[in-house]
Amino acid sequence: MFVRGLKRKCFDGEEDIEGTLTGIKAIPSYNLQRQSLLDMSLVKLQLCHMLVEPNLCRSVLIANTVRQIQEEMTQDGTWQMINTQSTGQASLDRLVSTDILCRSSKEQAEGKHVSGYSTFNKDFEGDQTQDSSETMSTASSVQAPRNLQSNVWEMENSQENKGNFQKSLDQIFETLENKSPNSVEDLFSEVDNSYYDLDTMLTGMMSNTKMGHCDGLDTFSSPAPTTSNSNCKSDLNELDHIVEILVES
Amino acid sequence: TADIISTVEFNHTGELLATGDKGGRVVIFQREPESKNEPYSQGEYNVYSTFQSHEPEFDYLKSLEIEEKINKIKWLPQQNAAHSLLSTNDKTIKLWKITERDKRPEGYNLKDEEGKLKDLSTVTSLQVPVLKPMDLMVEVTPRRIFANGHTYHVNSISVNSDCETYMSADDLRINLWHLAITDRSFNIVDIKPANMEDLTEVITASEFHPHHCNLFVYSSSKGSLRLCDMRASALCDKHSKLYEEPEDPSNRSFFSEIISSVSDVKFSHSGRYMLTRDYLTVKVWDLNMETKPVETYQVHDYLRSKLCSLYENDCIFDKFECAWNGSDSVIMTGAYNNFFRMFDRNTKRDVTLEASRESSKPRAILKPRRVCVGGKRRKDDISVDSLDFTKKILHTAWHPTENIIAIAATNNLYIFQDKVNSEMH
Repeated sequence: MFVRGLKRKCFDGEEDIEGTLTGIKAIPSYNLQRQSLLDMSLVKLQLCHMLVEPNLCRSVLIANTVRQIQEEMTQDGTWQMINTQSTGQASLDRLVSTDILCRSSKEQAEGKHVSGYSTFNKDFEGDQTQDSSETMSTASSVQAPRNLQSNVWEMENSQENKGNFQKSLDQIFETLENKSPNSVEDLFSEVDNSYYDLDTMLTGMMSNTKMGHCDGLDTFSSPAPTTSNSNCKSDLNELDHIVEILVES
Repeated sequence: TADIISTVEFNHTGELLATGDKGGRVVIFQREPESKNEPYSQGEYNVYSTFQSHEPEFDYLKSLEIEEKINKIKWLPQQNAAHSLLSTNDKTIKLWKITERDKRPEGYNLKDEEGKLKDLSTVTSLQVPVLKPMDLMVEVTPRRIFANGHTYHVNSISVNSDCETYMSADDLRINLWHLAITDRSFNIVDIKPANMEDLTEVITASEFHPHHCNLFVYSSSKGSLRLCDMRASALCDKHSKLYEEPEDPSNRSFFSEIISSVSDVKFSHSGRYMLTRDYLTVKVWDLNMETKPVETYQVHDYLRSKLCSLYENDCIFDKFECAWNGSDSVIMTGAYNNFFRMFDRNTKRDVTLEASRESSKPRAILKPRRVCVGGKRRKDDISVDSLDFTKKILHTAWHPTENIIAIAATNNLYIFQDKVNSEMH
């Protein structure tokens, strides 16, 4: 029936929350699911680029969902906390139980408590202390949607996209620059590939923006802008090459 | 897959039923006239005409295919012996004229039966050609092609009660056309933001009021309805009335907005109400009350706890249509597992029926179905987890006056008739 098969009740028994230890465990489960919903939404926005023009209504609804999640995560201050948590958890490629996400906010409120995450720093660009790959991957996942949105609904308008595209690319590559060249490979290998490829997203952004003259990319020996007929995945070597150029400069 | 039915529409008398499919074809069915000799064979629909309405196209500017799938068909009111309908794909609307030919002239003086010129020396007398009956031939010709009016995908068309104009709506704009003019259209609604990144809401459906030629409604992906008056201004961006139900804060989740998106809006025949369909409910709105619907019916509330999975497999974006019966007393909409639902507004009773092979046996009576959500399970109940989400009934239509319904289940068309209660109550 459902594509993914069995409904998982991973968090059975942990749903009674009154501030006990089990209660604290339930919070990451909500956050984990929320993160997984965010990841899934980003993948969906990616996969919009097909032979036929993507369904605008669907794209708008998904983008609004992404925005909602981001806003909530920003308000919660759970952004950074999630990233450190997830390293120890099972990989994010499995969709966890739908129950908690579908529960009303009233039910959520009983379980959630938002405190103690004061180290949260909204400005990821400036945040050099949390240099984990998860931070980077999530940073790009947050920056990407704003850009993906413009890619998704205005494929022919490169003028609009240029600014944001450049900005988000800058942010990602800026983080990369601060690392030693050796760790670039490590960066990419630590990213969880099963739900979405960072490569895919970056190359997707590049191949789906209908630009010919984005300043930042002129220096790259990147392929000519491909049509949206092409697959989002492109040669990993090309991306490595591009990243190398940035890192060495 | 080109046979997947994408739209179903009765004409104004119910004599004709048109279907459009994913392959760009239109098939028109005609109801057989009632026969006194065989009362049970009255009123069956048989194929009347089939034609290719739209072909796939390629947009060279965007390097994208334009699907030939027929999104909507709307019949024009019949004004002479011919029938006319509008059919649209994502970009182009076409006006088709359907005519019958059941006689042909015979006995020409200058040409023979095959049309070859006669040898004049063999013509000894003159005759008047006469019309002789022939096998019925249905001819369909494209009369107008309304192209290049839309940047985004056309989701609705609606013929005005003035019978001279019609409107077409895409995700961001609504255009008004004159049926006789193809190189011009007036833009009457435009919700495209100056900066596309600010886009958060799209137009999902629209329809003209059945009696007031200046009024139309359009629905949005945020669950609101806007009633517009074309007399007020040329550009109807400012609505006359905004119909919106405040969100229930206790029911809020990440999917609240998606499930509130209106997939279809239909005026009642009386023109007093509007019917909307969102993912889990159908709602009846009184034109005089903007704050909330007057009636709400749950189509498949058992899916509320499955929204995340339905989001993942994209089912949450399915656009179901809805329909009124002729007297506006019953409303109908489709669901999953080839189920469709009917709600009687007067008795408040509802029923779930299935469009399947078993039910298509002649004169078989449809058995009500039930989805069980845990608790006591009766025989023949279906559990939520065994519903087939690939079998969705998105398109349904109700005969304008009689209890006859057309249900599109993927590539099959089912026509059900209520023989006992053929007349409207």
